Amino acid sequence: MTSPRRDLPKTVPLQNDDKKTLFAMNLLRIAARNSATPPTNPLLASSLARARPSVAPSLFVRARLLSNSLRSKLDKAVKNNDLVLFMKGTPDQPLCGFSRAAVQILGVQGVDLTKHKTFNVLEDDELREGIKEYSSWPTIPQVYIKGEFIGGTDILLNMHQSGDLEELLSSKGLIEPEEEGERA
Amino acid sequence: MSEIVTQEHLTAALKERLQAEHVEIIDNSGGCGSAYEVIIVSSLFEGKSLLERHRLVNEKLKDEIAKIHAFSQKSYTPTQWSSMNQTQK
Repeated sequence: MTSPRRDLPKTVPLQNDDKKTLFAMNLLRIAARNSATPPTNPLLASSLARARPSVAPSLFVRARLLSNSLRSKLDKAVKNNDLVLFMKGTPDQPLCGFSRAAVQILGVQGVDLTKHKTFNVLEDDELREGIKEYSSWPTIPQVYIKGEFIGGTDILLNMHQSGDLEELLSSKGLIEPEEEGERA
Repeated sequence: MSEIVTQEHLTAALKERLQAEHVEIIDNSGGCGSAYEVIIVSSLFEGKSLLERHRLVNEKLKDEIAKIHAFSQKSYTPTQWSSMNQTQK
């Protein structure tokens, strides 16, 4: 056991009032740390009331991911372009197997992607998460034709194999209809 | 952060939430549970378009899909599945 240091001032026991103040201060600090402060925004209040504590933070994050400006930018893009492809990488250089497959399928069907709008979600984190929120679709790539959400690679491949994709593209004027007799 | 999604968990979830009669899962991630291909056979798909089927699965597996990096699906009704298998024999 070490002998008490002689250079330090002698500690004085806390008086009762001091103890109570310290106790109250600590209590307040712990309470503030553990509980959510009541929000003043009624919209936030209702979503907090409904959400479990572990979910609330991600609800906030998700709500913020699709900003109004991004939403209107996406609205304009799908409205003003016959075909929009949200992908990883670019048509010349896809950076994911699924995105590459989508580009290939569209190419095989005769769609010239240089004439259409494509977005590289890897360049923009807000877009990457926002488009999932916008389309209510969890994966990339995503295809829109004449403002309508079509699907991802699975759906594109399925429609390509069944002939539905050709029919859709030609009925929407994105490819020339096949002439009879030209089929291999 | 989040626990990995196992093949067993996915299979059970599909059977329970989508009344899947048959489920096949391929793990394309080398065992680390981050890339799955699933085949689902369920009568819930009757009368639903391709997009509707995919959206149904996406909805029921929302939490799982959020945790994995790549997910692709093929959905069939029991009738489609059995006729597919018959033609292959």
